[in-house]
Amino acid sequence: MKKLLMATAAAALTAGTAYAGGHAKEVKLGVLFGFTGPIESLAPAMGDGAELAMEEVTKSGKLLDSATVTPVRADTGCIDNGLAVANGEKLVAEGVNGIIGGDCSGVTGAILQNVAIPNGMVMISPSATSPGLSTMEDNGLFFRTSPSDAREGQVMAEILKERGINSIALTYTNNDYGKGLADAIQSSFEEVGGEVTIVTAHEDGKGDYSAEVGALASAGGDVLVVAGYLDQGGLGIIQGALDSGAFETFGLPGGMIGDSLPANVGADLDGSFGQIAGSDSKGAEIFAEMAKERGFDGTSAYASESYDAAALFLLAMQAANSTNPADYVGKILEVANAPGEPINPGELGKALEILAAGGDIDYQGATGVELIGPGESAGSYREIEVKDGKNETLRFR
Amino acid sequence: MDLLNALVALTNFVIVPGLAYGSQLALGALGVTLIYGILRFSNFAHGDTMAFGAMVTILFTWLFQSVGLSAGPLPTALLALPFGILGTIALALVTDRTVYRFYRQQKAKPVIFVMVSLGVMFMMNGIVRFIIGPGDQRFTDGERFVISARTFKKLTGLQEGLAIKTTEALTVITAVIVVAVLFWFLNKTRTGKSMRAYSDNEDLALLSGINPERVVMYTWMIVAALATIAGVLYGLDKSFKPFTYFQLLLPIFASAIVGGLGNPIGAIAGGFIIAFSEVTITYAWKKVLNYSLPDSLAPDGLVQLLSTDYKFAVSFAILIVVLLFKPTGLFKGKAV
Repeated sequence: MKKLLMATAAAALTAGTAYAGGHAKEVKLGVLFGFTGPIESLAPAMGDGAELAMEEVTKSGKLLDSATVTPVRADTGCIDNGLAVANGEKLVAEGVNGIIGGDCSGVTGAILQNVAIPNGMVMISPSATSPGLSTMEDNGLFFRTSPSDAREGQVMAEILKERGINSIALTYTNNDYGKGLADAIQSSFEEVGGEVTIVTAHEDGKGDYSAEVGALASAGGDVLVVAGYLDQGGLGIIQGALDSGAFETFGLPGGMIGDSLPANVGADLDGSFGQIAGSDSKGAEIFAEMAKERGFDGTSAYASESYDAAALFLLAMQAANSTNPADYVGKILEVANAPGEPINPGELGKALEILAAGGDIDYQGATGVELIGPGESAGSYREIEVKDGKNETLRFR
Repeated sequence: MDLLNALVALTNFVIVPGLAYGSQLALGALGVTLIYGILRFSNFAHGDTMAFGAMVTILFTWLFQSVGLSAGPLPTALLALPFGILGTIALALVTDRTVYRFYRQQKAKPVIFVMVSLGVMFMMNGIVRFIIGPGDQRFTDGERFVISARTFKKLTGLQEGLAIKTTEALTVITAVIVVAVLFWFLNKTRTGKSMRAYSDNEDLALLSGINPERVVMYTWMIVAALATIAGVLYGLDKSFKPFTYFQLLLPIFASAIVGGLGNPIGAIAGGFIIAFSEVTITYAWKKVLNYSLPDSLAPDGLVQLLSTDYKFAVSFAILIVVLLFKPTGLFKGKAV
């Protein structure tokens, strides 16, 4: 017992000094994603993406005093505020130097308010896209490598209009993300003269969606836009609508884009379309290649954003020459945007060198990172159509 | 003609899904109600027992599919179902031996049993996720539709389509058979009668020489079979995902309580009441009214009584009203 106490005390002591010293041998980054819950099929690739950047930096040996970067994974449950906040606290207690996450918008807001702000911890979320997070009071501690859904609403309206669609039925998953996105789609689509016949929420994790499908079918529309999650209610709604012959084509925003959806629904989904944050930068290709080597799918939704989030943390730390959130937070926008040497995935070592020498970089990363306004991605989107059971990229917007 | 369209739309979006969902809830509620009636506690682990049963069945389905065994137009899962039931019975009996029996010997209060079942629930939750993972599993094969919306439109020339999925038809038919067998068992066989006797008055049953451990064992076997059948039917019709089964617990309990906990007929009625109330009250009647009313009266709005957001509120409102005015449920169950 005595030994254990000593060990704990010693560990706590070193952790404390590491935090204060800045020139630590170990940098810890929290990876706070929904490894269980509605997007549990996306989270592993996101985690791998983030850890890929950390590995790369560790291997380069150029961060600060050749520090090693250790990921600390924790679960948000995606929609479980209590769990997410508790795990956020746990990460802070473990002495992480920054938190990559959360993933879903609702829990991200909760972690920001209850953990990040009181502890002065910086968060970079790869996938929280609710417009509400743009205006939330964050003391400058919150960034995201994904664009706000307000932008996605505009893009979706454009795509719908170009396809000659004049009326849509709209259903969203009943949380911050779904509601925000549905509002954005509705207002953007009505702005360009489209008609939204019905807007209705669906709960995730239910399985039976006959009531929702019935209401949506009764209201009618050319396509059904499902602003939900592909592993959850979104899938159930699409399945139900197809089975009952209510709708044949679906509009699929970011949360619905993933390989599992066409695989689960089958040939009936062909012809449905949508968009997801992504860019045609060279970085995306390089990243996909790197991911393949490490054994995960780099094109999985938000995996590349996660890589970028982790990279931004480490580059900002290098630029500030400190792992203290208060010191490096100011550098995040600086390393992410021009001017400076453009940095692609796989070039983190080079970037660290430039920064160490006092130079400037413009981190492009896997998604062509460009942070605007309150620290969020400007937003380019991949337009996708389902063909022969595969998500195919048509173009970039 | 228009009236026909209205009728078809109503059948397609309200009656068919309502019947299927109602049957699934009824089968689940029967299991809950049997445990409550005979073992005298609310078994929170029921949803996850369903998930476990469905999981074993899925594993066997995959095995059969890989060796090329199939049931023709019917889902292969039907062949695997008996194995799923056996697996679940084994699990239920092991749980009873290792967990519940201890508390039975202690003569623990029902509320302690409820808490114990909560613990069992989390254990089963974990076991299922460990074995098959947390994700969606599809195991439906065979013919998808008895009649699809497109074929129906072509056949009848109506504007509205009617789709009946094989799994929906299968669910309703299986439910009817299972319920018939269950009632025959409870009312006609010696074991069934001893179970009812034990449920009515434990002490009297003991005095007349009924072996309580036997009754408990049979109850668990029946409940495990019911849970597996309900779980597999639900998974076939929708999809299998451990989390969904956990969530299913709420409507199942609502059904059992509305019908009267401990009363099998009540459980069935409750299942349909909850299912139909969820679907009908939140249904947008626009389409049906447009077809059935003359143009001048046709509504512009959706004619939706409540938005679908409130569909759970509806079933729980019914639950509260029933508990307020008839605490033992619509069909006389045991007092809650």
